[in-house]
Amino acid sequence: MSTLAVLPVILPLAAGAISVLLWKSLRVQRVVGVVATLALVIVSLLLFREVHREGIIVVRMGSWPSPLGISFVVDLFGSIMVVLAAITGAATAIYSVRGIDKRRQSFLYFPLLHILLMGVCGAFLTGDIFNLYVWFEVLLMSSFVLLALGNERDQLEGAIKYVTINLMSSALFLTSIGILYGTFGTLDMADLSRKIAATQNTGIVTTLSMLFLIAFGIKAAIFPLFFWLPASYHTPPFAVSAIFAGLLTKVGVYAIIRVFTLLFPIDPGFTRPLMLFLAAMTMLTGVLGAAAQMEFRRVLSFHIISQIGYMLLGLALATPLALAGSVFYIMHHIIVKANLFFIAGLAERIRGTSDLKAIGPVSVYARSPLVAILFFIPAMSLAGIPPLSGFFAKLVLIRAGLEIGEWAIIAVALVVSILTLYSMTKIWAEAFWKGPARREDEAESVTKDAVPPSMLLPVATLAAITVAVGLFAGPIFDIASRAAAQLLDKEGYVRAVLGDDAMQAEGSP
Amino acid sequence: MQILIAIIIGGIFACAIYMILRRSIVKLIMGLALLGHAANLLIFSAGGLAKGHPALVAPGSTAPPEPYADPLPQALILTAIVISFGVLAFMMVLVSRAYNAVGNDDTDEFVNTER
Repeated sequence: MSTLAVLPVILPLAAGAISVLLWKSLRVQRVVGVVATLALVIVSLLLFREVHREGIIVVRMGSWPSPLGISFVVDLFGSIMVVLAAITGAATAIYSVRGIDKRRQSFLYFPLLHILLMGVCGAFLTGDIFNLYVWFEVLLMSSFVLLALGNERDQLEGAIKYVTINLMSSALFLTSIGILYGTFGTLDMADLSRKIAATQNTGIVTTLSMLFLIAFGIKAAIFPLFFWLPASYHTPPFAVSAIFAGLLTKVGVYAIIRVFTLLFPIDPGFTRPLMLFLAAMTMLTGVLGAAAQMEFRRVLSFHIISQIGYMLLGLALATPLALAGSVFYIMHHIIVKANLFFIAGLAERIRGTSDLKAIGPVSVYARSPLVAILFFIPAMSLAGIPPLSGFFAKLVLIRAGLEIGEWAIIAVALVVSILTLYSMTKIWAEAFWKGPARREDEAESVTKDAVPPSMLLPVATLAAITVAVGLFAGPIFDIASRAAAQLLDKEGYVRAVLGDDAMQAEGSP
Repeated sequence: MQILIAIIIGGIFACAIYMILRRSIVKLIMGLALLGHAANLLIFSAGGLAKGHPALVAPGSTAPPEPYADPLPQALILTAIVISFGVLAFMMVLVSRAYNAVGNDDTDEFVNTER
């Protein structure tokens, strides 16, 4: 049982090490890449089943008792995130075999991918806030290199912006950890949760919560802090964009949700109005930015921002239903968003450009109807058309908002949904639907190589998962609401990590 | 001593932000280096300053005699220094590559990714 909880970190580490050792043979690296990520999917599903059955799993490194030692704490939310990370990782690995050129692959592309996955899984599993920082750095380091790999001018410019802003956010995170340790004398999240709840000094707690909100907000690209994302996400190869879009901002969202449920629960007087405002502005600015863009990946990049707003909305409302909506939304979003970036890659491969105006008038649809249909599914899911996954995710959030009468934010969420649909139809109309304007266009249009099955397979699988999440929304929503209930049950988390005695000993501080 | 260190940390933070806001990418690196140092110093002083009291446990007892310097912040800083050192090394290489590609060290010239 305890091995299962650390395997999501060990497995990518081993795969990365093997790939580095065999760096001369691209063939072996590819095989290791695909096999290890598929194994990670299996391991993460087993871990999820275990947590689903047995409750929170705690693994103490070196058997030191909490809160002295460092522990991995796997709750439902964490294990769901690991499953999603594994699925995205496997899809990226398979897609990359043909989707990343040989030159980039020979510069240790696959090892970097494994280390990125290791960092992401570690961040989802750890129960120690300083280790969260360390895992963040692990995943950031590999993401920096992945972003800059290939040395094109756009990539380097994007990388400088991305690296600078992420380093600033990390420094801020580290600073907040320093203040946190200075105030409470512990770094174990369960212990911190208990001590913060018991403290009388609300001033420092508010300051700390805002510092964490800014530090994670930069990583999650929430409202005033998102400008680095559309400046960098469209520069690397498509497979890299896809895994970044699917996973990296969601690590920030995960950290916000974790910190604002466990350490600083949402306070209706101060945090909730602030978060609702941030969520509304994030949704609006993101979708308006998307409406103004005419490049495939830049439209999608702005959409990531607006979707982050929905996840924040669920956290801000802070009812069990709303939080379940957030979890459901993340599950839906990671799959759909990574898939849309993969499809942007396919469209670029077919038409030789990802500028929407240049893709038409001879559309992708004319070349490959299958790709167009595969785009249609996640695009409509993102816009929230039933019966796809996005519809249910939005439905839950809106229902939760109506229940506690937050009308304004619901109105914003609905308007943003319509605007999302608008910009998705824009991509559809420009890239996939336009017929040839003149007969000659057909002849002179660039035809690139056909889409290899190894790139189509992950796209089709992710689209199938999107449909399945929509069709089996009931059971999946049950899981999400159980995860949300577990997130709101602070005592349960603390008891699982520190044991019953600690709860009683601290009963009267 | 605490107050002096606090003022120093604030000063370094201010310098770091000032450097990051400059238009030269070389100064950007210096700013980020300073930012890392400021954060590390802050962790160090947040643990409490205790001069000349190492956290050594006498034989037979289970805790060091009070007062003692908290060893945990020092361990944390050690990790943080290694990380920030590695990231800075990467940043320097990146900046030098970007300088070659863009042919300018003015961040206002980095406009290819904005449209």
